[in-house]
Amino acid sequence: MAEPLLQVEGLVKAYGAVRACDGVALQIAAGQIHAVIGPNGAGKTTLIGVIAGELPAEAGIIRLAGRAITRSPVQARAKQGLARTYQITSVLPRFSALDNVVLAALAQQRHAFGFWRPLRREAALAERAAAALARVGLEAERDRPAATLAHGQQRQLEIAMALVAEPKLLLLDEPTAGMGPEDSARIVALLKALKGGLAILLVEHDMDAVFALADRITVMVNGRPIASGPPAAIRADAEVRRAYLGEDAA
Amino acid sequence: MRDLWPLALVLLAALALPFVVAGMDLAYVVGIATRIMIYALAGISLNLILGYGGMVSFGHAAFFGTGAYVVGILSTHATYGEPLTTWPFEVGGTEQALIAWPLAMLAAGLLALVIGALSLRTAGLYFIMITLAFAQMIFFFFVSLQAYGGEDGLSLFARSQAGPLDLGDDRQFYYLVLALLALVLFLKSRLIEARFGRVLQGIRDNERRMRALGYPTYRYKLVAFVISGALAGLAGALIANQTEFVSPAFLDWPRSGDFIVIVVLGGMGRLYGPLAGAALFLLLEEVLAAWTEHWMIILGPILVLLVLYARGGVWDLIAGRLSRRKAGADG
Ligand SMILES: Nc1ncnc2c1ncn2[C@@H]1O[C@H](COP(=O)(O)OP(=O)(O)OP(=O)(O)O)[C@@H](O)[C@H]1O
Ligand SMILES: [Mg+2]
Repeated sequence: MAEPLLQVEGLVKAYGAVRACDGVALQIAAGQIHAVIGPNGAGKTTLIGVIAGELPAEAGIIRLAGRAITRSPVQARAKQGLARTYQITSVLPRFSALDNVVLAALAQQRHAFGFWRPLRREAALAERAAAALARVGLEAERDRPAATLAHGQQRQLEIAMALVAEPKLLLLDEPTAGMGPEDSARIVALLKALKGGLAILLVEHDMDAVFALADRITVMVNGRPIASGPPAAIRADAEVRRAYLGEDAA
Repeated sequence: MRDLWPLALVLLAALALPFVVAGMDLAYVVGIATRIMIYALAGISLNLILGYGGMVSFGHAAFFGTGAYVVGILSTHATYGEPLTTWPFEVGGTEQALIAWPLAMLAAGLLALVIGALSLRTAGLYFIMITLAFAQMIFFFFVSLQAYGGEDGLSLFARSQAGPLDLGDDRQFYYLVLALLALVLFLKSRLIEARFGRVLQGIRDNERRMRALGYPTYRYKLVAFVISGALAGLAGALIANQTEFVSPAFLDWPRSGDFIVIVVLGGMGRLYGPLAGAALFLLLEEVLAAWTEHWMIILGPILVLLVLYARGGVWDLIAGRLSRRKAGADG
């Protein structure tokens, strides 16, 4: 097998006595969707934070495309092809939807120390941003301030902000959380369409979405991965069923 | 460009001012108007980091006062013909505005670079406290400079020389300050819409998000801090010229508080906010101080109300009223 795009080994991150990540190991191949599931408090959001670089790892190694990034700051990782969304929506509330995505696109340039030309008139950036908005189905809302968008639309906006950077690896923290079934289905369809073009680490509680999308699944409980494998194997794993899916799971 | 009509309006009014007040005490009116513009300049510089960058600096007087002292010290040396330093080569003072004012901006900007580099590692309340602490250090530094008057400060022999202009003439000085204010407002109207300004505002709204997007946010905040400091230095250079006097009071913390009041009163993150804020603040001071020395007791509650009910300050009240009237006329 070719070298994995993301390789995580022995990752540890504790909050005081709580070991939120306690020896996490996983690998994601280029173009694959790797789902991480587990009960509340299992450490999934913490894992995303550590991989993105927002939380320091206490032990372990993170490699992106073969390069160790364990100690790189967030911005450096973003420039190397990592993008994330947040479980609790995090956008720029006063900026329009388009401007949110424009700033995300601008972040990929070497620097943004321009003091004279209005950003609004930078057509190339605006075009890329508009295309990303169209991809998530938000083109009609481009001029609305992000704060006035519905919850589901803000989540779509977050995905557009991540996509416009053309990341190699997208970290999605519960992208369908709090969405109605319609919006949810639209996100699943979008992720399906993205599949193959980039790798995705998908944290998600909606099991239908997970089994519809994932190439591999890792199950986390109390900061530890207790099982990892293709969806069919996870579904059949007795320990997983006991720990997480519940006896009545399909 | 649509944001420039208030500038044009203010410019017209300000250009006409020295002519329309002919009946009144001209020196008095022009003096106050000049002071308002200088404080507006200081407010504009603070607004860049406070209003657009979300950095509550409580030490802005340090940059203002440093700018003033640079002009004062250079001018004193020129007056007495004493060199500033004789090693490694002799450097004398100067009364030339074209040399002294840029040096004032440079000194204030360098100071902002040092203070900003250290204090921008913190945020929130810590940032407020640490900028205050640094500013008080600079304050005591100038208090201890006995050669330049210590606590008593330093009187200038004359205002700076600026080519064909005679800045000793209040009206000419007034017009020069007006021109600088207009220039700064114009440059700032560009900056806040350009890449740098938009990124700065993004950092203000959600710094964590901006970092995750890939922005080294510390660097952007520091550059804004330095620009802001240099601009406050220019305002300081102007105030030294207007009053022909510099003293540590220019750097003391109540002055930093005044600048914050001017920005909040006028409207944080509003291009023309500090102009409205400075005008209101200094005029209120003028009127209320004549009436009672505890005039801050009256201004305080007004500020609290503004913070609670009008985040955009006086500027939004003015601009809001104007645009509503326009809408009414259209409909
Ligand atoms: N900032 C923090 N300070 C202290 N403890 C924290 C912090 N963030 C998370 N924790 C704890 O770390 C553990 C893992 O939390 P985390 O948010 O990573 O779980 P999660 O799997 O994302 O849960 P959920 O499914 O509810 O989103 C939990 O016990 C949580 O209480
Ligand atoms: Mg979580």
